[in-house]
Amino acid sequence: MRGGLWQLGQSITRRLGQSDKKTIARRCYASEADLKKTVLYDFHIANGGKMVPFAGWSMPIQYKDSIMESTVNCRENGSLFDVSHMCGLSLRGKDCVPFLEKLVVADVAGLAPGTGSLTVFTNEKGGAIDDSVITKVTDDHIYLVVNAGCRDKDLAHIEEHMKAFKAKGGDVSWHIYDERSLLALQVTILEKSQGKVRLTGLGARDSLRLEAGLCLYGNDMEQHTTPVEAGLTWAIGKRRRAEGGFLGAEVILKQIADGPSIRRVGLFSAGPPARSHSEIQNENGENIGEVTSGGFSPCLKKNIGMGYVKSGLHKPGTKVNIVIRGKAYEGSVTKMPFVPTKYYKPT
Amino acid sequence: MALRIWASSTANALRLSSATRPHFSPLSRCFSSVLEGLKYANSHEWVKHEGSVATIGITDHAQDHLGEVVFVELPEIGGSVTKATGFGAVESVKATSDVNSPISGEVVEVNSKLSATPGLINSSPYEDGWMIKVKPSNPSELDCLMGAKDYTKFCEEEDAAH
Repeated sequence: MRGGLWQLGQSITRRLGQSDKKTIARRCYASEADLKKTVLYDFHIANGGKMVPFAGWSMPIQYKDSIMESTVNCRENGSLFDVSHMCGLSLRGKDCVPFLEKLVVADVAGLAPGTGSLTVFTNEKGGAIDDSVITKVTDDHIYLVVNAGCRDKDLAHIEEHMKAFKAKGGDVSWHIYDERSLLALQVTILEKSQGKVRLTGLGARDSLRLEAGLCLYGNDMEQHTTPVEAGLTWAIGKRRRAEGGFLGAEVILKQIADGPSIRRVGLFSAGPPARSHSEIQNENGENIGEVTSGGFSPCLKKNIGMGYVKSGLHKPGTKVNIVIRGKAYEGSVTKMPFVPTKYYKPT
Repeated sequence: MALRIWASSTANALRLSSATRPHFSPLSRCFSSVLEGLKYANSHEWVKHEGSVATIGITDHAQDHLGEVVFVELPEIGGSVTKATGFGAVESVKATSDVNSPISGEVVEVNSKLSATPGLINSSPYEDGWMIKVKPSNPSELDCLMGAKDYTKFCEEEDAAH
């Protein structure tokens, strides 16, 4: 997870790029020329973007300002991100909602048109195939975005279930938006921020999502992690908890009833920032879990991290030790998000 | 390329900026300062040999690539360091990097200011941001290191390769 100074800039690529182990293996043999470029590649270069390989794409990790400045500016004013490496698709048809509800834990039927939610695609064992943001455009049109590194497996998964669904007479079809490119704009108040919204790269994006307590798929959530363990029980709609009907529902509903054996928690710690795979110990030095993401928070100016610990030791305020390069540093379990998210909620 | 044009016009409309670094123009980033009189390792550490003591730190080029340093791990005084082997680490927002010793010897002093002010490595890599002082056990190791001119060339070549 770390290299010498001569590998500068590579570490984060590796850390961020963990979302797809296969891509990483491939990347080791792939030359820069094999990386895919978004339509904004030249625009990034012209604006001083420092390009790095990420999930098979050449993406800007930062522009001319530092990750620290960039992160803080996003919260104070705003950021424009090129997220066109991610995969956007639409599901259409009068049965698109019941179809999607077989694959994700969200109460899609209960979403008002024009609103969205974070959700999780689950497998038969209740583990997460990917996390995704879904938007209900209308009752017969859902738009969703999945991770770049999970694209192939997600699309294969959706396609397989769509074939079976249609064979039984269900009305659903999809469209993958490869002819378009996706941008993300995150702002506070546009008037105040005019002239201060900046192009923002993967580096700040990782700091921002960590401060917001959001999982990075591949680091904080994997095939074997259930949404309950990941602290995403809130994303399982009330009706879905009562009815089930999604892949792995038996496992997940049992975990909601009995409590999971491990839980994702937020961590503050002293010393060097905890990084993924740092061991978490209790005060007696016994192993209780592992850090999955960590770094220095540009907004809080201190170390933050997240990881999984045994249930019972997950309560905010629980004292822990985090082992970094063989030394134990004091830390404590804390609530997430670390920085208030201030999501826009239409009134 | 329609999207690119759209993005450019949106960027103009929002008066988007990619921001400017206060201290580095894009050009100067490629030519970080390299001081005469110091010796440099290809792992981007410098060493300044004065009398019986050699001071070690990381170069301006290294700190520029790392970004803001948020934590510095230093060895104990009295311990030994070995040429081309890690003696500590610097943590930036984005990454952890090992710091190698350009020469072998005994650690006689560490820069304790770095624990409270790790940013000294960014603001003053060759002066206030020094990391350790070493009593060299084999001063001839210094001869294998690069001078300022060679190191400048080395950085340019390395940047070009990326």
